[in-house]
Amino acid sequence: MARHALSLIALLCCGCAGWQSALDTHAVQGTRLAHLIWLFVGVCAVVWVTVTVVLLLALRKKNDCPDDGPHTPAEASERRMARIVRAAAIATAGIITSLTIVSFYATRELTSAAVAALDLRVRGYQWWWEVTYLDARPDQVFITANEIHVPVGRSIHLRLAAADVIHSFWVPSLTGKQDLIPGRENTLTFTPQEVGIYRGQCAEFCGLQHAHMSLLVVVDSAADFEHWRRGQLAPAATPRGPEQETGKRLFENKACASCHNIQGSTASGTIGPDLTHLASRHYIAAGSLATNRGSIAAWLADPQTIKPGNNMPRVRLNAGELNALSAYLAALR
Amino acid sequence: MTGRIFSLVFGAVLLTACQRESRSFRLDPPIAASLEAVAPMPNGIGGAPPDSDAVLGHPYLTNAYNLNQGKQLYTWFNCKGCHADGGGVTGPSFLNGWWRYGPQAVSIFISIRDGRPRGMPAFGNHLTTEQLWQLAGYVRTIGAYSAMTAAPSRNDEMQSRPAENRAPAAIATPSDQWPATRYR
Repeated sequence: MARHALSLIALLCCGCAGWQSALDTHAVQGTRLAHLIWLFVGVCAVVWVTVTVVLLLALRKKNDCPDDGPHTPAEASERRMARIVRAAAIATAGIITSLTIVSFYATRELTSAAVAALDLRVRGYQWWWEVTYLDARPDQVFITANEIHVPVGRSIHLRLAAADVIHSFWVPSLTGKQDLIPGRENTLTFTPQEVGIYRGQCAEFCGLQHAHMSLLVVVDSAADFEHWRRGQLAPAATPRGPEQETGKRLFENKACASCHNIQGSTASGTIGPDLTHLASRHYIAAGSLATNRGSIAAWLADPQTIKPGNNMPRVRLNAGELNALSAYLAALR
Repeated sequence: MTGRIFSLVFGAVLLTACQRESRSFRLDPPIAASLEAVAPMPNGIGGAPPDSDAVLGHPYLTNAYNLNQGKQLYTWFNCKGCHADGGGVTGPSFLNGWWRYGPQAVSIFISIRDGRPRGMPAFGNHLTTEQLWQLAGYVRTIGAYSAMTAAPSRNDEMQSRPAENRAPAAIATPSDQWPATRYR
């Protein structure tokens, strides 16, 4: 029994750290929320213990009721009890009011749009994330998917939208949770404080593959971020060698091009994720598989078995075509 | 006694729920290849379906999941562009009770795979064999001659024609009055 309890506690402790934990935070807003969580837990624990102790004391108290006739306590003890009840009521109101105020101050900055260094639009699809880096200059705007790079120490402003059903953006290590609702724009602000990779997950049930709808937030140093941004602005890598060239031609002429965009090719679909720099991301299919040529080929060969119900149909490819296409896609750094 | 018999029967009925439809997202390559083996008539109208279709129990005509996949492909591969929601625009209607190449699924399969003269493109290079059959099975239900128990899911948008699994009907569609009827 004790061993079971211990292993359960060990399991629960996994949530206290790691790349996806609301208690192991690396952004201003996330830390504020973590403090809020601990404050609530602490206050509520004190209240719970107090109430339980008082209840136990009351249960243990000897019944001094006479057997016949109504119970008439002494006037002094009646007054004392009335005072205690009044104090408890005032304390309850006070605790609730102060927790409300504290919670208001901790969360009101989550959605403020005050001078953000970076303005992004995140749009949820079944079951992946489209990320648009907005800029006043149209030639500086670019689109990527499932992976957000941000510079450390700068304020990041997210505009959250949804294309089909309600999703929810939640990267617990950085900031709070915010829904993506079709037809409206929600906002979320965060200021990452430490370079690293943080995992997020759709937090609103959005269909069959809700569990396979994750995203990564990569916090880079300013120089690394600028380098990455320039890379994303550039068109896709030109195919090297005949195999990759065949792959590009297949991508443009098969059904791929009707849904996917690759900058620098004729493929310009906007229904599926932008694949211009597919191989620069850590995962494909919203966190389903690590990015490498083998997993890309596996995905192309049978997307429905890997992620049943997703919107990518299987495309007719023979072995040579599959090889060429995966070689081309795996080279899109 | 009757109570015991009743509970036995009830239990047996409950047990039928233990059977779950197994779904394969990708056919075994040999089965897919055998489903490709249709034998059309020389005039391109009708023909013999592949033997494996009967062995599998005509999954593309009687299984709701396959019909539904066909319905999705109908939108994704822009069949609507020419055939609209079955009523036909620049392409022929599926609803007026007349199939130019006959109502058999084999004909529809060949039409989609190889294309037909005067406008119907070939999709054989873009769709896998099971997708071709799913689409053919679905298109057949649009202009069904008989009612069916299997049906694809309903439209998200407003229904512009009778449901796919309705009782048979050759109904008049707008395209019967339009110049597009030259295709008939």
